[in-house]
Formats: sequence, C-alpha cells, structure tokens
Amino acid sequence: MAEGPGAVAHQFDDFAQQHEASTLGMWAFLITEIMFFGGMFLGYVIYRASYPEAFADASNHMDIILGTINTAVLIASSLTVVLAVYAAHESKQKALLVFLALTILLGLVFLGIKFTEYAHKFEEHLFPGLNFQYQGENPGHAAIFFSFYFAMTGIHALHMVIGIGIFLVLMFSAWRGRYSKHYFTPVEMAGLYWHFVDIIWIFLFPLFYLLGRHS
Amino acid sequence: MITVRGYFAVFIALLALTALTTGVAFIDLGGAGNVAVALAIAVIKAVLVALYFMHLRYSSPLTVIFAGAGIFWLGILVALTLSDYITRG
Repeated sequence: MAEGPGAVAHQFDDFAQQHEASTLGMWAFLITEIMFFGGMFLGYVIYRASYPEAFADASNHMDIILGTINTAVLIASSLTVVLAVYAAHESKQKALLVFLALTILLGLVFLGIKFTEYAHKFEEHLFPGLNFQYQGENPGHAAIFFSFYFAMTGIHALHMVIGIGIFLVLMFSAWRGRYSKHYFTPVEMAGLYWHFVDIIWIFLFPLFYLLGRHS
Repeated sequence: MITVRGYFAVFIALLALTALTTGVAFIDLGGAGNVAVALAIAVIKAVLVALYFMHLRYSSPLTVIFAGAGIFWLGILVALTLSDYITRG
C-alpha cells in the first residue's frame, strides 16, 4: 500500500469508499451539532411564544443593517469555500490557497462586525447580568431575549473561530502541496462544517434581527 | 457535479433571498405572517446551501439519510417539547 498524501488507509477498499466514510462521519458530527443548536432554538421559540411583546420590542435593539451585511459576508464565505473545494478537486494549487485565504478573511470580517455589535450592546447596558438597564416594558423578559442572543450568536461565533483555525491548518497543508485531485477530503469536510455554521446563522438572523421589526 | 457557474447562481439566489427577507421584515403582514415568511425564506436558503454547497444533491443515498436523520430527530425534540408547552393550561 502506498504511503503519503492520497494513500488509501488499509481498512478501505479504495478512495471512493474512504471518501464516503469520511463524509458519513462528518455528517454524523453535524447531526450532533443540529441537536446542540436545536435545543437552544427550541428554548428561544418557547420563550418568544411566552413573551411575544417583550421579544418583539427587544429585537428592535438589533442593528438590522450590520446583521444583513454579516449574512451576506457569511454567504460569500460559503461561496469561497465551495470554490476552494473545487480548486482542490481540479488540482489548482494557487486557486486553492487564494480561496482558503479569502474564506478566512471573510470569516474575520464577520467576527469583526459581530464584535462591533457586541461592543454597542455592552455600551447600551444590554448584556444581561452586567449592569443590565432596559428602558422598555418588562426588562426581565427582554433580558431573556438578550441572554439567548448572546448565548446563541456567541456559540455560533465560537464555531467560526474554530472554522478559521481549521482553514489555517488546511492552508498550511495546501501550501505544502498535500491536496490534489487524488486527495482533497479534508478540504471538503472542513467545507461541510463551514456551510453548516452558515446554515445556523441563516436561522439566527431572522429570529433575532427581523421578527418584530415592523412593529 | 455542479459547475462554478452553478455555485455563483446559488450564491446570487442566497443574496437575493437575504435582501428579500430583510425587506419583508419592514412590511406588516400580521405577527404570524411575518414569522411564516421569515422562516420560509430561511428554510429555502438552508436547503439551497445543503443541496448545492454541501453537495447533498450529488451525494450517496446513505449520506442523504444521515442528513435526514438529523432533521428527523430535531423534529422529535421540537414536536414532543411543544406538545407539552402548547397543551398546558
């Protein structure tokens, strides 16, 4: 059995089977992630149904422009990821490095905008537990909204930090010429993870920024 | 497999849906109406990402079953929990 990049591990018949096993393993992990975020989404739904006015009022404190820009940034990063996977699949070394770098850059832009939003919330005393001051009605119920906001977007942001770390490692391996049309599985698996994180944000964005906006 | 052109088409569709959902948020469709539209657009976007960016449309049936199992178990979590909260007096 051949050694080095592109070699098929001895327990697999061929590359296709090995690739399929990696894909299934990654999806099994993503299922645990669906359940992990699912519990928080469910908690949010129950509290929103319990205190609809307070949640609608509190969601008007979100910066809808920054939220929309961040959604676009994240979607753009998903595009650069699929282009990176495509480049690896086509053995285009330079394009792979460029698209991985662009993905990391867009991820950092997202985190930068998120950090700016967090900073504003801290200045407006909207972080529950730390001198929380809320002018509207039912500050206690609004505090629940902001608790969900910081917990869910915070854990989402943590996933992005981890994703950026993974892409940095991939860039190092790509720079050493480890990926080609014979072996690109790690790039594709990292892509699955990144798209999943994108999907989480696709649901976080309307739930926190959009609902209750018209009122 | 999908082409680079296909990826850009999905990308444009996702951006258009993002603009649409932000725009609709400023129109009063009634509480339930706004929730329904926002969630419907989010689901469409998620399905587009899963099918084309995550290659589910071109994956093996077993991979699709894995992804479906995640959604199915999420459904159990939501259905059983809400059946409690909704029916409380």
